[in-house]
Amino acid sequence: MSMPFYVAPEQVMKDRADYARKGIARGRALVAIRYADGIALVAENPSNTLRKISEIYDRIAFAGVGKYNEFDQLRVAGVRAADLKGYQYSRDDVDARSLANQYAQILGQIFTHEMKPMEVEILVAEVGHDGSPDQLFHILYDGTVMDGGRFRVLGGDAEGINARLDKTYAVDLTLGAAVRAATAALCGPDRTLEATDLEVAVLSRSNGRRCFQRLSDDVVALLLAG
Amino acid sequence: MSMPFFSPSDDPGSNFPDLLRRLGLTSVAQPGGNAAHLSIPHATTCVALRYADGVVMAGDRRATSGNLISHRSMEKVVQADRHSGVAIAGAAGPAIEMIKLFALQLEHYEKVEGSALSLEGKANQLSMMVRGNLSAAMMGMIVIPLFAGYDLRRQIGRLWNYDATGGRYEERDYVATGSGSLHAGTVIKVGFRDALDRDEAVNLACRSLWEAADADSATGGPDVLRGIYPVVATITEAGWQRLDDADLITRYEMIMQAVRPR
Repeated sequence: MSMPFYVAPEQVMKDRADYARKGIARGRALVAIRYADGIALVAENPSNTLRKISEIYDRIAFAGVGKYNEFDQLRVAGVRAADLKGYQYSRDDVDARSLANQYAQILGQIFTHEMKPMEVEILVAEVGHDGSPDQLFHILYDGTVMDGGRFRVLGGDAEGINARLDKTYAVDLTLGAAVRAATAALCGPDRTLEATDLEVAVLSRSNGRRCFQRLSDDVVALLLAG
Repeated sequence: MSMPFFSPSDDPGSNFPDLLRRLGLTSVAQPGGNAAHLSIPHATTCVALRYADGVVMAGDRRATSGNLISHRSMEKVVQADRHSGVAIAGAAGPAIEMIKLFALQLEHYEKVEGSALSLEGKANQLSMMVRGNLSAAMMGMIVIPLFAGYDLRRQIGRLWNYDATGGRYEERDYVATGSGSLHAGTVIKVGFRDALDRDEAVNLACRSLWEAADADSATGGPDVLRGIYPVVATITEAGWQRLDDADLITRYEMIMQAVRPR
């Protein structure tokens, strides 16, 4: 009987983390930014059909970067969990924090127990109402959860984008200003992005029960033009 | 509650009732024996009619248990999603559960698939839910909905009538259901013509409920004492819009003026 080679657990975890990070860094980035009326989500995504940003529930949105099939599977599970909870209890009982915790459990479980970690980073955003604050939960491939903040950057070159957005961010931006700031941070100094290169959606407090709304290319072009 | 994951061969897709079944959370209770002797609240008259910009739906607010009024402010005409609505007549409990599940299914489909069902698809979905209630209907808990909405692909308002077996019948101009449907339907039949404007269509719907309440004890008229008026809503390309009570008060004042001499 052959004996498997011993590999230190530190090494196993490091290899898996490197593998996941590499996969995520290959994809294009996404920014979630709080503005006066809610939360804007701006992703660099030339595809008009394969979405990175979508609706989970009345006040909750989902965004993912990395491997499409993996974060889409997580998205659908989130929609199901939220709809089930709202059906069994009340619509008011569905919250982003509990969804973020469940996602963290699943990603952490897969990271330690499966052959291959998920090559995704996801964001669960909830827009506040009646004075409750907006919430941004950022969950990494290994189940690490980070919350709060004025904005969150997911995906490749997150550090550079974070630094750029940090300089331009202000409290209570208008939607146009928030989208322009996010787009400028995504581009960096050396290139520009058109409305057709972007996927933009908002969770807006003024949208009634279902706060989530996609913005069409025409609307995004107008916002970018200022 | 844990997050539901399925293997690809076992995945319920965008079907919410199927998801409930797979998780052992079956939605509609299937009774044994006859439920006819139970005094279950029943919801009554609802109408829908087509007009130039879309459809009008209206329903009275009364629920009855036998000879008693069990509820005075029930909402039997309910928004299903942005461009459609359902109205129900029949056993109130299963009917309200069916509407809740139906509206949720439309939203669930839209979120999972990333686009809304076609209007025909929605009508068909409701048909399956009514069929699922057949064994309960045989025991006295019958649910008969109306479905109406604005078809964005064809740019017209459309309406459907159902029977207890899930039979689905698209109506051309108008439809009425429930205990007062004979009277309400007749009023609309007499007053209907093609391409009514919004005002005329809403007035006709209000009048039909008035006449139904006048002749059918299970249908509630406008309750001026308590300030309870029928639910009336229009569905057009711009979506669902419910008329507020102030608007309905003036319309019912007009009807009262008209019927006073008779």
